[in-house]
Amino acid sequence: MDKYNACIYITLRPSVLDPAGTAVSSGLKQLGYEGVEGVRIGKYVELTIAATSEESARQQLDLMCDQFLANPTIENYRFELR
Amino acid sequence: MMKFGIIVFPGSNCDRDVAWVTQNLLNLPTRMVWHEETDLADLDIIIIPGGFSYGDYLRCGAIARFSPVMKSVVTHAQQGKIVLGICNGFQILTEVGLLPGVLIRNRDLHFICHRVSLRVERTDLPCTQSYSPGQVITLPIAHGEGRYYANPHILKALEDKGQVLFRYCTPSGEINSTANPNGSLNNIAAITNEEGNVFGMMPHPERASDPILGATEGKELFQSLSLQ
Repeated sequence: MDKYNACIYITLRPSVLDPAGTAVSSGLKQLGYEGVEGVRIGKYVELTIAATSEESARQQLDLMCDQFLANPTIENYRFELR
Repeated sequence: MMKFGIIVFPGSNCDRDVAWVTQNLLNLPTRMVWHEETDLADLDIIIIPGGFSYGDYLRCGAIARFSPVMKSVVTHAQQGKIVLGICNGFQILTEVGLLPGVLIRNRDLHFICHRVSLRVERTDLPCTQSYSPGQVITLPIAHGEGRYYANPHILKALEDKGQVLFRYCTPSGEINSTANPNGSLNNIAAITNEEGNVFGMMPHPERASDPILGATEGKELFQSLSLQ
């Protein structure tokens, strides 16, 4: 078994309104960053997984994201392995 | 006589309020069900109460969904028996897939604790049969993540099949954006599944049942459930 470090990014689907992102966007504008637009806030999960191969690690990560870490109704995910 | 079971997760906080209504105000058999239990065979009506199960970590209801008791709740629902989720209970029912859609952060980001007007859209179901069609009732809401969302396809199916139970409305019963406290699509406050035996609602009927709290329109909902 090898150990893999995964960085998982969970983001709101583009069709879902993100009021927290809008609030942060207006905060940034008040700070003077007037060029800022389209702020979207998501989640970031780090985990370590033991697996027989990188492929197996990826399969397990896809499953855990689909079942639990992301809600497919409102969220997309992607991950990187290190 | 119908027997109620109230699921208790770590972080549930409206469980005893519901039990007060079913057991003390309505004198109906009621049992508290710890989330590690799996035998629900003695129960007719399961209520998943409000609160902050598992601290609302990851997403509201996302972790409660994997509690041992939830498999039995799904089986109970599949047998056509009644399940009602209130507030966090509604969020859990969407996460476990018994109800479509999801409850997300309120449009204006505030935690809202208010009494709101609701229009009753269905009166042929066990939990709403004591109301009259189009009746406007007032119930409290208390949530930070109560904005009902579903993709356009699911939302259309929900509307076409008449699965909306309550909508946020003005005191005179109009459905508009002013009356929408949290940005829910189509002002949706409560829905049912296609079969009409699983119910999810953001308002808290248990907080409008004892006359000492100043309102009793919620009590009818529990009474109505027990009469089906």
